[in-house]
Amino acid sequence: MTKELFIQGNEACARGAIEAGCRFFGGYPITPSTEIAEYLSIALPKVSGSFIQMEDEISAIGSVIGASWSGVKSMTATSGPGFSLMQENVGFAMMSETPLVIVDVQRGSPSTGQPTMAGQGDVMQVRWGSHGDYEPIAISPSSVQEFFDFTVRGFNLSEKYRVPVVILADEVIGHMRERILLPDKIETFKRVQPNEDPKDFLPFKNVENGTNPMPAFGDGYNIHVTGLTHNELGYPTTINPKVHSNLVKRLVNKILKNREDIVSCDFKYCDDADVVLIGYGAPVRSIMETVKIGRSNGLKIGYLKINTTWPFPEDEIAKLAKNVDDLMVVEMNLGQMVHELERVARGDANVHLFSEIGGTLPKPKDILNRILDLI
Amino acid sequence: MGTGVDMTKEIKIGGFGGQGVILSGVIIGKAAALFDKKYSVQTQSYGPEARGGASKTEILISDEEITYPKVQSPDILVIMSHEALLKYHTNLKEEGTLIVDPDLVHVGVISDFINKNKIDVYEAQVTKLATEKIGLKIVANIVMVGVITKITKLISVNAAKKAIVNSVPKGTEDKNISAFELGYDIF
Amino acid sequence: MMDENNKNTKSSFITHEEKNPYIKYFRKDRLPTIFCSGCGIGIAINSFLKGFESSELDFNNLSLVSGIGCSSRIPGYINCDSLHTSHGRALSFGTGLKIANPDLDVVVFTGDGDAAAIGGNHLIHAARRNINLTVICINNNIYGMTGGQVSPTSPEGSLATTAPYGSIDTPFDLVDLVAAAGATFVGRWTTAHPLQLSKSIKNGLLNDGFSFIEIVSQCPTYYGRKNNLKTPVSMIKMFKENSINKRRADTLSDEELSAKIIVGEFVDKKREEFSEKIENLSYRESGKDTIRKSAYVV
Repeated sequence: MTKELFIQGNEACARGAIEAGCRFFGGYPITPSTEIAEYLSIALPKVSGSFIQMEDEISAIGSVIGASWSGVKSMTATSGPGFSLMQENVGFAMMSETPLVIVDVQRGSPSTGQPTMAGQGDVMQVRWGSHGDYEPIAISPSSVQEFFDFTVRGFNLSEKYRVPVVILADEVIGHMRERILLPDKIETFKRVQPNEDPKDFLPFKNVENGTNPMPAFGDGYNIHVTGLTHNELGYPTTINPKVHSNLVKRLVNKILKNREDIVSCDFKYCDDADVVLIGYGAPVRSIMETVKIGRSNGLKIGYLKINTTWPFPEDEIAKLAKNVDDLMVVEMNLGQMVHELERVARGDANVHLFSEIGGTLPKPKDILNRILDLI
Repeated sequence: MGTGVDMTKEIKIGGFGGQGVILSGVIIGKAAALFDKKYSVQTQSYGPEARGGASKTEILISDEEITYPKVQSPDILVIMSHEALLKYHTNLKEEGTLIVDPDLVHVGVISDFINKNKIDVYEAQVTKLATEKIGLKIVANIVMVGVITKITKLISVNAAKKAIVNSVPKGTEDKNISAFELGYDIF
Repeated sequence: MMDENNKNTKSSFITHEEKNPYIKYFRKDRLPTIFCSGCGIGIAINSFLKGFESSELDFNNLSLVSGIGCSSRIPGYINCDSLHTSHGRALSFGTGLKIANPDLDVVVFTGDGDAAAIGGNHLIHAARRNINLTVICINNNIYGMTGGQVSPTSPEGSLATTAPYGSIDTPFDLVDLVAAAGATFVGRWTTAHPLQLSKSIKNGLLNDGFSFIEIVSQCPTYYGRKNNLKTPVSMIKMFKENSINKRRADTLSDEELSAKIIVGEFVDKKREEFSEKIENLSYRESGKDTIRKSAYVV
């Protein structure tokens, strides 16, 4: 039977993780994400899972990578400062193709910033925070229901493509309570086991679709997993340019070539719109209200809600830019995604930024006033 | 231009940490969403202090899906500390409702505002009643939920009681229901 | 260090097969190793494999974890599941690996820089938890992989590329550190004590808790060359001459012990192991042990 609950976003996320098959959580307390750890510390032992509070965020993500190689879907949750500490091992997880989920409940930043207030300062940290070339997957919920649904999807994408997936939430969605429906049946992606004989198995093979099956430690495959550039056997091979280029390109392409499967965004009232508002995460709620008020007052405004902040929905936006004069991104930082938008709109549309920092959601009336200035 | 096109009602409850302000918001939101089958959103904000700092919760209740989750201009303002009164009253809607605990708040200091904006003021001694009648000061927030339920009619009595039972610690249900009824009967 | 990079395919390098009884545990297609000739790591590996054999644990159940540095390259040469992680973090990866599958025997190879500098926090917390990991710390008193910089165990006055006037820093005693943090088995030997070392490794492997075995080892390439110990043999000789057994050391004064390497087994005690506690909690709350390899089924 479908179950209705009135819960916080952070609890919805934790419940989504359990439903998606998460059986290991390693974390470190940080506002405003801590409720996720607290909920899972209760829930995981009840489903024969493990919970550990580690000594810092570096070891938290380390434990999650280790647990994932033991064959268990694994997760951590944090906020900006903790996510910064995790960056080196985000790169390790990318390079070693370790599936895991990181929940980043963003707060006011930089530095310790505003622990109990909202922000979106980590958008580019998700994209470029670890050194080197990689293609992250990040999903941004803008409701409590989505925090549940997107966490499930995050686990599924992570297992399907063997990558770390970031659920890029924020304090507003993390702490807000709304009614959510827990579906009867949840589709999960089960990790793919190799079926070759261990002696013939190449764990990091340059396969067409980019993603190899993943054995667990103890399965008899005797694999070597390293963050060093490695050949198809997994052995360090660090000064052969071709090995490096083949490896990194495969890792990047396994995401880019599957954009269609990964990218998700919703268009509303864009067909006849003069101005289209663009957002992700909590500010989408401000955007929806603005459009509702605007439309009821005869303004032709629409919106684009970006669900997957990464990979960036560039084809969708490029197409939109050809049909609309003005695009305005609403974000809770001094302008991060706006740069992507400018790159993708390529002069086809004017790109504007509505930026709000300080910790509170952008107000619909302020956004509306900016639109009125435009038209 | 109006700020809302639907009939969303906005409630803001302000006090200090430790009064159970946030729990009262959760109960109202839960009553509306789960038991009256309306739409509701509850948010909160708090400072770094665990106790004694400013604490605030906001609840939006509507027959339609709620987009913007924060209160823009409350229809109902409930105040449990003088600091919160000074901070939040200016935003109260014209002809809005102000509910205060007069033992914690001096409404007199904003009498000009009240008169000018035709605010309906209710004074409910929730802390005193909780202490004297239930013997537990900490259920003042639930007494206040009773007051809010009666005055605003935004949630049903039945839904409010179910939400209380659903939200308070096991074993304290009866005391909390008594506290609710106490508040409900003030006006 | 030798070139590992032209070894893209499985080859048949078996020169030492007849001479080394442990060669069967190696990824033969990865030989030769990158280790310098005369490096103490060879003795460390052989002592480990000897200790492992005498422990009678199942090689198929062994997982090796390491961080960054010369000693952290060991798992890459042993033919079992191996996780070569980021600098200093091997213990946190190992913690996750062990908790998510307590059936695995997890051994962590690390060095003085990896374990005691960048990974120092993880070291004390893993010891505090008494999680069943066997840590083999090859302490050569210097950063070898990066070319001879001072480490947290470099003796005061010793020379390194970043201590050109002699180290003015105070070194850690890793045995004291880990014992104080709560490890339930702690041993220290040098590469001049391979038999005692392999026995302590066996004891560490069989200890159901956090085991730490320090191997004081020679880095002739950097430490030896910079500190007037010209050959590997002279370094091993120095270890032999300067080491003193714990039992004897207990009777000597601090003054008599200065510049000595105290060897032996320092801690061997019982305390509830951490992954077992997680198992017990799972059993209490769900009626079952923690679920193994669930990613393939849920």
